[in-house]
Amino acid sequence: MKRRDFLKSSGALIVAFSSAGVADLFGQGRFDGPGTPQLDAWLAIAADGSVTAYTGKVELGHGLYTAQTQLVAEELSVPLSRVKLIQGDTSVSPDQGTTSGSQSHPVNFNDGALAQACATAREALTQMAATRLGVAADQLIVRDGVVSVRDGSSAGPQARRVTYGELVGGRKFNLAINAAAKRKNAAEWTVMGTPVPRLDAPAMAAGTFEFVHNVRVPGMLHGRVVRPPEVGATLVGVDEASVKDMPGFVKIVVKKNFVGVVAQKPWQAMQIAAKLKAEWTRGVGLPAQRDFYEYLRTQKPVRDTFIVNSKDVDQKLTGAARVVKATYYHAYTMHGSIGTSCAVADVQADKATIWSPTQSVYPTRNTAAMLLGMKPESVRVVFTMGSGCYGLNGADTVSYDAALMSQAVGKPVRVQLSRRDEMAWENYGTAFVIDQRVALDANGGIAAWDYEAWSPTLGGRPGYNNPGNVITGFLAGAEPQPFTPRSPAPDPAAYANNLNAAPSYVAGAVGGRRGGTGTVASERVLSHNVKSLFWTGPLRSPERLQNSFAHESMLDEVAALVKADPVAYRLKHLSDPRLIEVVNAAAKTAKWETRPSPKTGIRRTGVATGRGMSCVLYEGNNGYCALVADVEVNQETGRVTVRRFVAAQDCGPITNPDGLKNQLEGGVMQGMSRALGEEVTWDEARITSVDWRTYRPVYLGGDVPEIESVLINRPGAPANGAGETAITIVAGAIGNAIFDATGARIREAPFTAERVKAALAGRSSAGL
Amino acid sequence: MNLTVNGKTHSVDIDPSTPLLYVLSDDLALRGPKFGCGLGQCGCCTVLVKGRPVRSCITPVSTVAGSEITTLEGLGTIERPHPIQKAFVDEQAIQCGFCLSGVMLTAKAALDANPKASDAQLRQALATVLCRCGTHTRMFKAIRRYAQEVRA
Repeated sequence: MKRRDFLKSSGALIVAFSSAGVADLFGQGRFDGPGTPQLDAWLAIAADGSVTAYTGKVELGHGLYTAQTQLVAEELSVPLSRVKLIQGDTSVSPDQGTTSGSQSHPVNFNDGALAQACATAREALTQMAATRLGVAADQLIVRDGVVSVRDGSSAGPQARRVTYGELVGGRKFNLAINAAAKRKNAAEWTVMGTPVPRLDAPAMAAGTFEFVHNVRVPGMLHGRVVRPPEVGATLVGVDEASVKDMPGFVKIVVKKNFVGVVAQKPWQAMQIAAKLKAEWTRGVGLPAQRDFYEYLRTQKPVRDTFIVNSKDVDQKLTGAARVVKATYYHAYTMHGSIGTSCAVADVQADKATIWSPTQSVYPTRNTAAMLLGMKPESVRVVFTMGSGCYGLNGADTVSYDAALMSQAVGKPVRVQLSRRDEMAWENYGTAFVIDQRVALDANGGIAAWDYEAWSPTLGGRPGYNNPGNVITGFLAGAEPQPFTPRSPAPDPAAYANNLNAAPSYVAGAVGGRRGGTGTVASERVLSHNVKSLFWTGPLRSPERLQNSFAHESMLDEVAALVKADPVAYRLKHLSDPRLIEVVNAAAKTAKWETRPSPKTGIRRTGVATGRGMSCVLYEGNNGYCALVADVEVNQETGRVTVRRFVAAQDCGPITNPDGLKNQLEGGVMQGMSRALGEEVTWDEARITSVDWRTYRPVYLGGDVPEIESVLINRPGAPANGAGETAITIVAGAIGNAIFDATGARIREAPFTAERVKAALAGRSSAGL
Repeated sequence: MNLTVNGKTHSVDIDPSTPLLYVLSDDLALRGPKFGCGLGQCGCCTVLVKGRPVRSCITPVSTVAGSEITTLEGLGTIERPHPIQKAFVDEQAIQCGFCLSGVMLTAKAALDANPKASDAQLRQALATVLCRCGTHTRMFKAIRRYAQEVRA
């Protein structure tokens, strides 16, 4: 590559590299790839010393753009203002799979990927300076992108400093990332570890930030999709005459069951989509929502998985002093992004560009190419921020929508989904039925824990090969990844509690090694996946949230039965010191009163108040949180109001304390909204939760609790994710607080007023 | 049809039934007001018309011709932010940022109309304004900060 090919007019250096082979290096379908081992794929230093960094982990509203800019500035010792971060552009950025699973910090902030690229560059630059200045590298210090000789060294005054720009500006490093390059110690940090304000906030507040919704390309048209009227309906035909004379009409695009309309202007496209006469078959019919959880239990085929199985659980249950049983239910919930998903595509005969809010630029590139019948190398996907996604919202599907319509009309097309199309067809957070059985010993301790769950799945992230995992790809003819039945479940090879299917209180003993955070060694955790009628996929704390609701509620139920304080009873069954520490920290800050739940002297009328605790080690290895909720329950209306949350979180070394706090608060708030009201609903044929009247989140004017956070900083520990930890345990803390206040246990989320009233009505007089 | 937006008058040739939002975001390429639901349920498309918050996704453009329309970018700039924009940045009351037109313009209009608005009155004003990232507590802090400035 010639130098002029990669010098950009802005002065920033763009390092092009062949992306061919990158996917092969790390395996097809990998969602959290580390990227490439070539330093030049991550960093470029221009002649003026400014740094351009390339990352596959993108900003989703969680502050990662700012955090990664901090990382680069810190490791390279340059001011924040001299770092430009390019995120998720398949023409220049490394393939890091998907920005998901709370993996951005683990992958990019520990000793690998972006962090290690920075450390490699810093060492290389210091070495170059040592040669240039004729002094040993250990005599040099770096500040603001200038390498200079330490005071007191013997070097001559004329050669005491050199800038990064002078050392490498405009040239490639031609180095592999060096795994041995030393990263800065957290004790040396001046940019990392500080509350750097969000770099994108001023433009957002000023209303000038460019979201994908604002991308405008010359000659751009506007598309709108027409989805089937019922789940499983297929297209019989469309009547072009019904709309072809409408203002702005350009084209009806049909590909198998995919239907879109293209018009000159957005409002015209919306009107044409509404007017289009399309004939569809009837759908497949849906099971009654009222009986859905029983329906789930009976579905065949199943895919069974053991997380742990000590094979003595039945024996312990038989011999137990007492067995406690409870079943928990969690509804399908949705991402419900506030802006409906949007993308712009410009598909030409031999190349295509898609401006997309996807979390997965390379997988979207490959799967869009499959739908378009093009080579992946001919498609460029440019991440452009959308509204908060919280996981697999409509970002990928709308990217396909725009691409298919652009290809059909040969012009750039912008597509933004309607509210209904977003909500009726997104990949929901899945529903759960969870049976819990706990055996107690003679002293009231837990002797065995038995978990068995049923949850439905369909589709998911498209990855590199499965565009049919989301609605548009499926409608256009691609199949979702096949459901692979498996029963009975094989014995686990190692303990991997990635979905938090195992509670915090079990030992997680597999293969002679304990991987859990608890003490209970008789343990069985069995999951049954069945087929879903609706699309499912990762939604902030996918499955971990539903499982943790069941675990944290169950622990509380057992503690109440043996009349133990819920915090003390947790501590009694925990072995992980960091989990113990967050539990203690949250309890202390919340001024937790040590006593069993429910409180004594509960009245059955009026407003009752209570407190609840919950805790988790997210994904079994990715950050700790404990939460205390203080609630009020109106026993006449069933309305639950959370007055205050106290959260203690430990995610290793803290990159940005204010950013972490913002994520923690947002997670708690979103968790409260999901716990109290959010629920996907359907009738005999279709989804009926399709707007903000039929799917009920907590508005700004709703009951907004106080949120207090305790951040535990661990500079020496590996960096963990932080955005999904707190939300995981919100329903558990609220449910436990409702029980503490009223003596009524609520086992079905969300805790709508109707369900709370039913639980209150079901209270026995015993124990109150 | 003439539209006065952020102090500038634009002549637009448009179907008069078109909702104001599409004229602002497409014909005038403004980025502040955004499509959230198209149903007037979330607030993303909020603009001020003669100082009052209006949901532009359900407001036919013909009904506001000749009225002074202000979008989020009409309040201030990155370099010279309006006090409520500054308050949101100072409090870092932003996550994805998509809902800000609804939150900031609705709160500003409520406090401009009644500088002494109580928390309960502000909550009432924001009863149908949505933030999905859960930035609620920080947003109220920012709004209270702005309220102090209005009252001072």
